[in-house]
Amino acid sequence: MNPALLVLSSASTLVHLSPVDLVIIVFYFALVLAIGLYLKEQANTGEDFFMAGREMTAWVAGLAFLSANLGSLELMGWAGNTYKYGILAAHWYWIGAVPAMLFLALVMMPFYHICKTHSVPGYLRLRFGAGTQTVSSISFAFMTVLMSGINMYAMAVVMRVVLGWNIHVSILVSSVTVAIYVALGGLRSAIFNEVLQFFLIWAGALLIPILGLIEAGGWSGLKAKILVNLTEQHVSNPGAYTHAWSTLGTFTDNPMGINWVGIVFGLGAVISMGYWTTDFLVVQRVLAAKDLRSAKLAPIIGAAFKMMVPFIVILPGLLGLALLRDPHTGSLLRLVPADLAWSDAGQAAGLHSYDEVLPLMLARYCGPGLLGLGITALIAGFMSGMAGNVSAFATVWTYDIYGALINKNASDESKVTMGRWCTIIGVAVSIGTAYLVMNAHSIMDYVQALFSFFIAPLFGTVILGMLWKRATAAGGFWGLFAGTLSSVGMYAWVKVNPDAVKYVALSSQAQDQAQNMFRALWCWLICVVVTVVVSLLTKPKTDAELADLVYGLTPIPHEEKVSVFHRPVFWGVVVAIAFVILQIIFW
Amino acid sequence: MKSGGSLSIWFFIGVSLAVNGAIIFATGLYELASPPEHQVVLYNLHANVWWGAVLLVLGLFFSLRFSPARERARMASNS
Repeated sequence: MNPALLVLSSASTLVHLSPVDLVIIVFYFALVLAIGLYLKEQANTGEDFFMAGREMTAWVAGLAFLSANLGSLELMGWAGNTYKYGILAAHWYWIGAVPAMLFLALVMMPFYHICKTHSVPGYLRLRFGAGTQTVSSISFAFMTVLMSGINMYAMAVVMRVVLGWNIHVSILVSSVTVAIYVALGGLRSAIFNEVLQFFLIWAGALLIPILGLIEAGGWSGLKAKILVNLTEQHVSNPGAYTHAWSTLGTFTDNPMGINWVGIVFGLGAVISMGYWTTDFLVVQRVLAAKDLRSAKLAPIIGAAFKMMVPFIVILPGLLGLALLRDPHTGSLLRLVPADLAWSDAGQAAGLHSYDEVLPLMLARYCGPGLLGLGITALIAGFMSGMAGNVSAFATVWTYDIYGALINKNASDESKVTMGRWCTIIGVAVSIGTAYLVMNAHSIMDYVQALFSFFIAPLFGTVILGMLWKRATAAGGFWGLFAGTLSSVGMYAWVKVNPDAVKYVALSSQAQDQAQNMFRALWCWLICVVVTVVVSLLTKPKTDAELADLVYGLTPIPHEEKVSVFHRPVFWGVVVAIAFVILQIIFW
Repeated sequence: MKSGGSLSIWFFIGVSLAVNGAIIFATGLYELASPPEHQVVLYNLHANVWWGAVLLVLGLFFSLRFSPARERARMASNS
């Protein structure tokens, strides 16, 4: 960890909290602990602890599905990425989320729901056997503790930038709180706090874009100010920062160094599909739905709100480009990569990193009370993100590693006990992994690298398993193994030889995010090709063995008895139309 | 939704919004009476007054609509 992150004088903080702000923060901690204690009595069986009793409504499951991803990492990381890449970052909320969520709801959810699996690796065991389950569960467990560490890091940034609090103390307090409420109430407790966090984030962050647009003179005023500021700083093609699609014809016309192929196929078709349909962290929330219709509606509700999140994440990043000025000199404030901002020279010069744009905007508009709510929203986001990872880790470890490999005859009671211990151990390991993320230029680049390692090939395995009955156990295992290995290999290749980026990402101009997109695309293709080839060379399962697991062999319940307004497909179409309209508006 | 007890998740959300809204609203009123020395950008809009009021009203609505007494009555009528 950078020493500058650990010891900071109070003079280096953006704001000082008033007693009112502290009251709001303390109230939040008290409330989440109270929720955990209240829900302890309802987490006695494995189904209760790991699946929240499978009794969540579509709204609760849908908001938790979205909130598990909407942590402080999302808020700060994507606001920072917007400052770095412009409105291109919005693709991670639109084409990088909405189509995949709708696909999960309308195509994949029936298989997950009908086979009553506890986890995505659990589905892979039913479909491909223990080998594939083991590879995916171990890689997922590894990824969740790393992701949890990222949330820890995001929290450290908030504390450092805004409050100047001691890093160790703030991490310890938040981690212990998460460990207590998840260990007590299990997934139900995590879901309750995720929905609470959803409201807190909107309550705490919505004022920034509202007040920012007033100050900037509306959307047109904002675009004009960005154009002037970036031109003043000699940034090439400054207009690209406010157009989502029109600059994606070539690699060189946009700040990310990517083209439409990377966005549509790398992000939209692989990374996004992989994350939203096979990452157990988010899928677990939907598996907790009370029936199939709720399970299908939940991702659609999540998609509707996901489309709106750029208002509180992307817009503040753009506002930072337009409005942030040095309070002492009045000149434009230019944010820089984290390693530069946190170097001794950067600290001496008072530099701020990309990821600090949201706290900077918060401090700009929010006085006592509002500031406390905004900080609480970031803390809640951090704790929720961490709780989501830890609860998913506990489930996968207990069912897919401990129950499948270590103690196959484990009783339900011992699984709950194991789940509680896993929660505490997962939090402890996460604290250590927070140190690993300190060297990334931007938080989200690091996250996307992880997704391309584990999620992209997993999506290839799961989708072939669900839609192609000829896929065999050996095909699934070797496809997943080859996909994961190739992704890590490409990452290492570029690290060792930076010139290799022109082969991996098809352009020597490619920034980190562009590399992640293309790496994901290649490793997914490798996974699919290996799975298909090996499957065609090996003996498939019989149709009877694949019942309830594969398209065409699984009877899907019909919904003729509900009105059109209660049908998931109707709302899926509504969300899809809104998605297309947004793309046209911000083309 | 069934939450495993008589307290709905929406009740917790209502309490959270109401308490935070009340604190922010009261702080805004205090700042109106006694303007701070260091003011945030667009202080003249008094965002903490109207935003605090919005959160308070929303929180009270959720708290009352999903109060434990109402939830118990609803569960009793369903059983």
